[in-house]
Amino acid sequence: MDKFGFTISTGRQIDYESNDRRIAEYIFEREPSFRLCIECGGCSATCTTGNFTDFSLRELNILIKRGENEQVREKLNKCMLCGKCTLVCPRGVNTRNIVVLAKKAFQKSDEYAI
Amino acid sequence: MILEGKKAVWKDYQKEIAEDKYYYVRSCVRQNFFPGSETAFLKIMREELNKDVYEHPCHTSCTGIGYHSDIVPVETTMTVVARQFALMTEAGYENLMPSCITSFGLYTEILDTWHHFPEVEEKVRRQLKKATGREFKKPKNLAHSSDVIFKFRKEIGAKAKYKLINKETGEPLKVVDHIGCHYAKMFPSKGVGGAEYPYVLTGMIEEWGGQIIDYPERRHCCGFGFRQYLVQANRGFSVACSKEKFESMKPFKPDMIITNCPGCPMFLDRWQYVINEMEGKRYGQNGEGIPVFTYEEVAGLVLGYDPWELGLQMHQTDCEPVLNKIGTDYSPEDKYNLDISPSYSKKHNLINV
Amino acid sequence: MGKHVVVIGGGVAGLEVAGQLSKVGIEVSLIEKDSNTGGHLNKWYKLFPDRRKSSEVMEYLNGITVNKGINLMTDTSIEMFNRKRDHFSIVTSGGKELIADAVIVATGFDLFKSARKEEYGYGIYDNVITSADLEEMFRKGEISLTNNTIPEKIGIIHCVGSRDEKVGNFYCSKLCCVTAVKQAIEIREFLPESKVFCFYMDMRMGGALYEELYREAQEQWGVSFIRGKVSEASETIDNQLLIKVEDTLAGRPLKMKLDLLVLMAGMEMSEGGKKIAGIGGLRTGENRFFAATDNHFGSNKSDIEGVFYAGTCTAPMNITETISHARAAAIEVIDYLKCSN
Repeated sequence: MDKFGFTISTGRQIDYESNDRRIAEYIFEREPSFRLCIECGGCSATCTTGNFTDFSLRELNILIKRGENEQVREKLNKCMLCGKCTLVCPRGVNTRNIVVLAKKAFQKSDEYAI
Repeated sequence: MILEGKKAVWKDYQKEIAEDKYYYVRSCVRQNFFPGSETAFLKIMREELNKDVYEHPCHTSCTGIGYHSDIVPVETTMTVVARQFALMTEAGYENLMPSCITSFGLYTEILDTWHHFPEVEEKVRRQLKKATGREFKKPKNLAHSSDVIFKFRKEIGAKAKYKLINKETGEPLKVVDHIGCHYAKMFPSKGVGGAEYPYVLTGMIEEWGGQIIDYPERRHCCGFGFRQYLVQANRGFSVACSKEKFESMKPFKPDMIITNCPGCPMFLDRWQYVINEMEGKRYGQNGEGIPVFTYEEVAGLVLGYDPWELGLQMHQTDCEPVLNKIGTDYSPEDKYNLDISPSYSKKHNLINV
Repeated sequence: MGKHVVVIGGGVAGLEVAGQLSKVGIEVSLIEKDSNTGGHLNKWYKLFPDRRKSSEVMEYLNGITVNKGINLMTDTSIEMFNRKRDHFSIVTSGGKELIADAVIVATGFDLFKSARKEEYGYGIYDNVITSADLEEMFRKGEISLTNNTIPEKIGIIHCVGSRDEKVGNFYCSKLCCVTAVKQAIEIREFLPESKVFCFYMDMRMGGALYEELYREAQEQWGVSFIRGKVSEASETIDNQLLIKVEDTLAGRPLKMKLDLLVLMAGMEMSEGGKKIAGIGGLRTGENRFFAATDNHFGSNKSDIEGVFYAGTCTAPMNITETISHARAAAIEVIDYLKCSN
């Protein structure tokens, strides 16, 4: 409420306790290689979309793992599913499948709780 | 919590605090927000502890508030501070005792700068001579007034009329201590207890019967950074800092907050009102706020001074809950009574300075 | 050969070099300040990278030193250490003087005293322990909090006392990252319901099979790795530990509550070693460990002819490297003794 000419700033910390990590768990169960990601950024570096928009697969992977779902939901639609990321990954993570599973998880959580 | 571990840390950070003959420099704003604090301090020092505390009538603001707001350039500030030192030298004193924590931080910073860069000190001497014709000697000892009260906490405790104990339950009061950022965060070795677990207010509370609470945001700034609140649009950040502290201390159910800075009690006290207006939240028990005190006010309460002479009616968050808990003898109807008769003055042991 | 060598320090390096020298018929006196040999090895549970039992290594070391004619002096330290014209004179705390043709210093390391990092609360908060304390818990067979309950969320902080200007240790202790990964796996083994988080600045997995262990920790055991240095820990009202860390790869600060916090304490030059450096006039480097004459082909040699180094008194190293370094020291001594004839 702007009674005094200013609003109280909200914290930007990731509050691990209160975040909902069910999207991440859905993906972990169905794509075990997700666990191998070390966030090195090789995928983002080669990403076609990432070259021209603010889509960063590395960042989205982390946000999903921390449960910051709202920041991920819309951005996922930007992925072209071209698969270049999967070619680069040094750990052998099936990155393209992670995007597909994430989209599926969001769709399900919208329709009914997963 | 393993208290022995904390005490080991406190042992590592001790500092030299002078015994007597203090040169007192007042705060710019404390007499407005907390009128009784400095008067109570002088009464305690002069009458209870029989110390020599001298105030020079010509001393000015140290301009720390201007320096930290980018309004006064650092060389001007240094020259003004040099004039303070000159007045002190002329009066024949060597132990500097500022009332304000920002002043303390500024004096420490300037003395440290001159120690590492003697050419700057030389330049300031020339500038002072040119501007005012005065010369100065650097203070031999620099201690904040809370350091001095800390040093004599046992003597004050011995004369105490009341202890910081809830007289109904017999439990010590739960006290949150909040140290001004300019005290230990800038130069940890110049603060009693260091930066991580400052001991200066903890020592006082423990001596006077209370119990200190350690909560996660204990070291967080209250938000009184000059640039934060001087510009209206930035005040949201200031309030958010205080709010973060309140949210963190609330589960521990503190009875009161003690501070040693001019700005911190002002913020912690007034922002509780603002947060209540903007978000409807209160942080004390029974829908009350948490009373905020300066250490002089706590010393005065413990010694049995009249709360209205200490200026507690000027706090926005009501202090009565604490007064009731420790059993202070006071008259609620005299709270806003500005018409003081001699008999009232005598009855309530009012401060005559 | 008729020569006498004194080995100062009965840890892994001291035992290995003593064993190798006695094999070729050199008379060895082994001086150890504690009541038992083995040094830090006695405290460990299982060793990386393959998680074999530390007692097996101790067994091997005993095999080459026990009943081999080595003059073992436990509960003994050194009071004087002087070079004479053609030999060394060493006076022990028991008042005995030893005459040596060569001396090997194998005084090892001390673990960083984690109480110095006040902001992590070791010794102040109830449930903050070091990696060494955790190994002790593994040996006892149970991991529990001070109130005897089982922890559910455990955090491991890398680089405590290493790569840290504030405590004066600029160097990397090399082994803490792989120890953290090993301990994370072991915690998950003991407590299958637990969640383990490792907070690192860099993952330094620079030894054989280390990177594979890191992969195994993630893949098989689900350990989470968060890149960021924990700035502080505080105790909440229900005695959990609230940590603040910058999730650097997400670009935002992170707040998390943990039941148990494990600090990866780094390696420092031992107090005993510092004393030997002083009384023997031996040069130490900026990292306070002993400085060898040459980094590549003289890492066992000191500036004083006839005085050699073996093991972690020169730099942080793992057990494999310590044993190799000790064997190299043995070769140097044998060489030196042949030439000085």
